[in-house]
Amino acid sequence: MTATDATQRRKAAGTPETLLLRTTGPGGHRPDQSFWSKLVSAFAMFRNGKSIAGLAILGFFVLVAIFADVLAPYSPTKVDNSARLQPPSAAHWLGTTHIGEDVLSQVIHGTRGVIVVGFLAAVIATLIAITVGVIAGYLSGWKSEALSALTNVFLVIPGLPLIIIVASMFEEPPLVLIAAVLGITGWAWGARVLRAQTMSLRNRDFIQAARANGEPLSRIITVEMLPNLMALIAASFVGTVTAAILGLTTLSYIGVIPVTTYNWGTILNWASAQGAFGRNQWWWFLPPGLCIAAIGVALSLINFGIDEYVNPRLRSAGERARAMKKKGLDVNDAVTTVRKDTVRTDLASTDLKNPGND
Amino acid sequence: MTAVEPQLPTPETRPAVDAVEAGTTATQVVAGHSRIPWRFLGGRAAFYLFTLWAALTINFFLPRMMKGDAVSQYLSRNRNVSPEAAEALRALLGLDTDKSLWQQYLDYWGLLLRGDLGVSLLHGLRPVTEVISQALPWTIGLVGLATIVSFAIGTIGGAFIGWRRGSKLDAFIPITTFLSTIPYFWLGLVAIAVFSVNLRWFPIGKAYGVGMAPGWNLEFIGQVIHHGTLPLLTIVIASLGGWMLGMRNMMLTVLDEDYITVAQAKGMPNRRVLWGYAARNAVLPQIQSFALSIGFIVGGTIVMEMVFSYPGVGKLLLDATNAKDYALMQGVFLVITLSVLVANILADIAYAFLDPRTRQTEA
Repeated sequence: MTATDATQRRKAAGTPETLLLRTTGPGGHRPDQSFWSKLVSAFAMFRNGKSIAGLAILGFFVLVAIFADVLAPYSPTKVDNSARLQPPSAAHWLGTTHIGEDVLSQVIHGTRGVIVVGFLAAVIATLIAITVGVIAGYLSGWKSEALSALTNVFLVIPGLPLIIIVASMFEEPPLVLIAAVLGITGWAWGARVLRAQTMSLRNRDFIQAARANGEPLSRIITVEMLPNLMALIAASFVGTVTAAILGLTTLSYIGVIPVTTYNWGTILNWASAQGAFGRNQWWWFLPPGLCIAAIGVALSLINFGIDEYVNPRLRSAGERARAMKKKGLDVNDAVTTVRKDTVRTDLASTDLKNPGND
Repeated sequence: MTAVEPQLPTPETRPAVDAVEAGTTATQVVAGHSRIPWRFLGGRAAFYLFTLWAALTINFFLPRMMKGDAVSQYLSRNRNVSPEAAEALRALLGLDTDKSLWQQYLDYWGLLLRGDLGVSLLHGLRPVTEVISQALPWTIGLVGLATIVSFAIGTIGGAFIGWRRGSKLDAFIPITTFLSTIPYFWLGLVAIAVFSVNLRWFPIGKAYGVGMAPGWNLEFIGQVIHHGTLPLLTIVIASLGGWMLGMRNMMLTVLDEDYITVAQAKGMPNRRVLWGYAARNAVLPQIQSFALSIGFIVGGTIVMEMVFSYPGVGKLLLDATNAKDYALMQGVFLVITLSVLVANILADIAYAFLDPRTRQTEA
């Protein structure tokens, strides 16, 4: 079965993607699996409503960041003394700052710094997390213990105070440096999760078989293990992007990062320093804050989707309860085996009858 | 991202528990034959000593890597200091560069072990320990209370939402998640704009009114409560989502277990199944996170203290960093790291008490 077949069948059946992939996934016999369908199934954790909605919002911000120069109506630093602190109007959709800069243009240009730092920091953190976590989980003995101790040290050392101190060492820290610092302080949690999962994978049959076949360590890790860790890696990547974006905007707001590079935190720093919060100049401080919140929501939606893929009970629990309610049953009533079975078959049939009933 | 943590399979530990004992609650099984897992304890102790050493060494190198020193900053603020006095000040602060790095490192440990953290330039050469101990109660009082309130509401609410799965209560999860993705400083600033500036319900920032003398009288305590309400509420709102989501996800996982079905099939009242069986098992990871979050009480609210100009440890660190007051900076970083370490030890102990499987696998 090809991937498009699977998608169409899924749409027709209206069953949750994750469940179907589970049945026809790695366990199924599909000898004619093409590279493309393998790639598609590697990203299976994103194929549910929540993740797709999150990815769409994130994609919007990425596009804004790429095309900032085209989209922004003014230069973010263009001073216009005739239009100071103006509320939103046709000329300035989101009003102007204390020296007549266009807030909308600043927000659009600010997206760039946020996206670049967020993703760069997450790439750095995830690479370290995979290297340390998977190796620590695969090896045993003192090497594993040493890597695990290193992870724990980074987990315990308080991040934000350290970043503040390190960032203040530089007069004009470039964005790449900020991203590196955020990445280096933020990899430990992902490494811990990956180590635990690798340890449980290490003793499964297919890994044992690969080892008995004499496959080299690098191949076992990259070909046999990494595909099985993709969901966790994705979750830890998304989590690090969130943390890095919050870290960057917070540091910019505090004023540790120079105000010459525009991001949403610097706009808020200016707004706060100029007393916009005290004078109800909402057009200045609401948009950047809401943008940060929107990106945060998008990222947590993606993570909700991955969570439900990793732990299907999170999804099936609510669906089953709703299906039972429709039948006039309360999910918390004492259940017997007989009733439970009838409910299960009923759920399957209602799903077939009402596609897309989430 | 607590929810992402994989459900570790522990099949090898299961047969160790007697079927009869497994029917009782976990703590009682342990009390039956308690043996002290020395290997486990030794390993943890070694880890904490190593982490402590690493953190203190980082702390030693931080100010030495920074550009510009405290004395020149101090001199630029106070112009009537003679060059000789500046040299004396450098010697006093351990910043004279004739000593080798190794000698400085040894001196640092010697001073640390005697509890001498140096003097703070920013606070009129007062001992750092004194400056920090004045700020600490404010942070611990406010943020500690906020953490407890948030944990209690989030956990109980999460248990209830998980129990009533599929109902309208599920809407709480996206709402609280949205609130916790908003950057905290922005939430705080908007709260000040709305409740302090426009509605005038709460004062703007500070721990108590200007001109008040701290003391144990009714007026002062009233002032502290009035000033602390808004920061407390914003912290609770911002952190509620994590607790609620974590508890609800654990509840959904636990409610699918066979022992819940058995308890219900036996005809137990729902209240007892919810709190005595489901929530009791689902709360384990929550308690561990709670112990960990105790550690972040001291260091995690730098931003809150900046937004509300609250006189706590976080504000101390920010001011010290801006003024390049290294001794104070090191002292605050030390206190923050120590509190995180102590919290980790507490989390370990709590978990070992509550979940016997931890001890069995590790030992």
